[in-house]
Amino acid sequence: METFVPSLLNGVIYGLLLFMLSSGLTLIFSMMGVLNFAHASFYMLGAYFAYTITQSTNFWFALILAPILAGLVGAGVEKWGLRKVHANGHVAELLFTFGLAYLIDEIVKIIWGRNAVNYRIPEALDFTIFRLYGSDYPAYRIFMLFVAISMLVALWFLLKKTRAGLIIQAALTHPHMVGHLGHNVPRIFMTVFGAGCALAGLAGVIGGNYLVTEPSMAVLMGPIVFVVVVVGGMGSLEGAFIASILLGLLQTLAISVDTTFGEIFGFLGLSGTSEVGSISIASLAPMIPFLMLVLILMIRPRGLMGDREF
Amino acid sequence: MTDITQKYANLAPTTAQKFRQRVLPFLALAVVLAIIPMSGPSGTAYTLLNVMGINIVFALSYNMLLGRGGLLSFGHAVYFGLGGFAAVHAMDAIGSAESGFWANYPIFFLPVIGFAGGALAGAVIGWPSCKRAGTPFAMISLGIAELIAAAGLMFGSIFGGEEGVTGDRMVGHEVFGLSLGPTSEVYWFIAFWTFVGVAGMFAFTRTPLGKLSEATRDNPERVEFIGYNPTRVRYLVFIFAGAFAGLSGGMAAVNYEIFTPEALSLVPSGLVLLMAYIGGIRYFTGPILGAILLTYMQSMLSDFTEAWLLYLGLLFICIVMFAPGGLAGVLYGFTDALRAGKLGEVIGRWAGQAIGSALALFGMIILVEVAVHWSNGFGETFEPYGLHLTFGNPLTWVLIVVPVVAGIVILRRLANTEEGVIA
Repeated sequence: METFVPSLLNGVIYGLLLFMLSSGLTLIFSMMGVLNFAHASFYMLGAYFAYTITQSTNFWFALILAPILAGLVGAGVEKWGLRKVHANGHVAELLFTFGLAYLIDEIVKIIWGRNAVNYRIPEALDFTIFRLYGSDYPAYRIFMLFVAISMLVALWFLLKKTRAGLIIQAALTHPHMVGHLGHNVPRIFMTVFGAGCALAGLAGVIGGNYLVTEPSMAVLMGPIVFVVVVVGGMGSLEGAFIASILLGLLQTLAISVDTTFGEIFGFLGLSGTSEVGSISIASLAPMIPFLMLVLILMIRPRGLMGDREF
Repeated sequence: MTDITQKYANLAPTTAQKFRQRVLPFLALAVVLAIIPMSGPSGTAYTLLNVMGINIVFALSYNMLLGRGGLLSFGHAVYFGLGGFAAVHAMDAIGSAESGFWANYPIFFLPVIGFAGGALAGAVIGWPSCKRAGTPFAMISLGIAELIAAAGLMFGSIFGGEEGVTGDRMVGHEVFGLSLGPTSEVYWFIAFWTFVGVAGMFAFTRTPLGKLSEATRDNPERVEFIGYNPTRVRYLVFIFAGAFAGLSGGMAAVNYEIFTPEALSLVPSGLVLLMAYIGGIRYFTGPILGAILLTYMQSMLSDFTEAWLLYLGLLFICIVMFAPGGLAGVLYGFTDALRAGKLGEVIGRWAGQAIGSALALFGMIILVEVAVHWSNGFGETFEPYGLHLTFGNPLTWVLIVVPVVAGIVILRRLANTEEGVIA
């Protein structure tokens, strides 16, 4: 129990962080059909913006300003870049975002250096909130939980209860019809793209100091976000939510399991010292998302909750 | 009426055309490959040429998927790597064999092992991947690449862990009197296999399967109507693409004498995508140009500037946005206009575009270089021609802003007049 409960809590928090990242991508993907390769780069930009802002002011300014900045960059990218490429088809769009991810990586390296920056948890939140089975549980993780859940509620409210949300939902499935009704569809696209990037930026602000703020954070996170979107299914925020939590739990719990294949399959005669037998479940944790991706695409291409195949 | 009564025989290319289009380029390639050593290249030049040969075959094999088959793969290095590992292990087997098959197998023909290894990997991995085209294919290739790269570090007996697997190319029988010791002798090995690879892949485009793969790319539904299974076509093309990637892996195994799990990762997969796309995926020669340019940039430009990856990214984005045909597209546009005798009409616009791009590039280079020197924090500054350029120097900003703005104004004006002509 003493490892299981904290892992469970950590898994949920990691899952919510993943959801914050992937909710924007799911919206963008189902609306425009583009899997934005650079989405995790906006997560990285959010963390770096927050770092720079905390240098001169404090964390709370960063929490508000950095996602807005990341969102503005995203909107600019959509307006001046992606929209031009759109005419050349989905592959060109995918390649454009692929190149953009490259570019943002390099620009970040030039501006902030190649090593990790010292972006820290604010002092006001740097204390132990409660003790769990004898080990301290940091307050910042509970704060992350709080931010993620408030964002989840806000997003749900915006999409399901407001007029803007109604139009966005309609544009997800029937962009042409929405255009015929007199809405400016390119501007809706730009807004959603910007908002999605802002959400990624927010994930960067609260995740950058929990994990590490370094130039490789986008490359590490990017493919996992893809997995969430594909596993969750096209056009489904619920699916993305389930997939995020599932992935968060699986990865966190797998890391805490030291059991090796040799111990599990020992009855089949697999020795614990052989090469396959010595592989532990914990060392497989980084592979779990990709195994899920490949399996889902093979068995159920529309994802867990998707309403259509992509 | 003349169009309709035209005989089919008239539509076929004449023998002279066939020779000019299908044989002459390869004769030229063979001559170029044979002439290069006569100019007495240095050791570094040989090393560079060898890497170019490997990358040419690798990029062409990638284009069998992306350009010809319309399949965007993010994990093509998997087949390069697996073919390469097969070749390195075969190299070790040749080195340690006293008798039997391996003792008689010359190192020179190792790429054949790589070819087989790549084909085998393609046949196994292609089965689940090729059911769908488009984004699902791209995602599966990404997932499989991540899985194989992770497995590469896990199974030390096959992939040698972080240090990789090493071999020695100076073992076994010599063929064509090549000991394969010095890089100049490796050059002949690489040149031979580059020629075989390029010719083989060109021949593939002429086969019914090659034609069908293009048809499947353009309209899978109609391919089904004429009685072919698109999934099967994709699968077969995938196997061949993997095989030729394995061939280049075998060439790399002999050239470097080492293979590490790094070769399976997403980084080389991304690089080969850049090579093929920058060169131009719609033309057979495109990836060759891209491979030559990127290999050159990788080894030469990285000596001049640390930001070469940034320039590479910029080049790629510009190609995606403004020249989807790639470098080959630009080149062929030029020669087509020359042949049609319309050069006079378009040359003015092209000259304007070239000047505009050059100006914008000039400003960007200054911005990037000043930024790179500033970010290093060694107190060094960018000092071209004795100028002392820092962000505090107003001259820097003049040199950045004026050319970039001027370049963009020229390019926009040209784009507007072009639209005006069409409208």
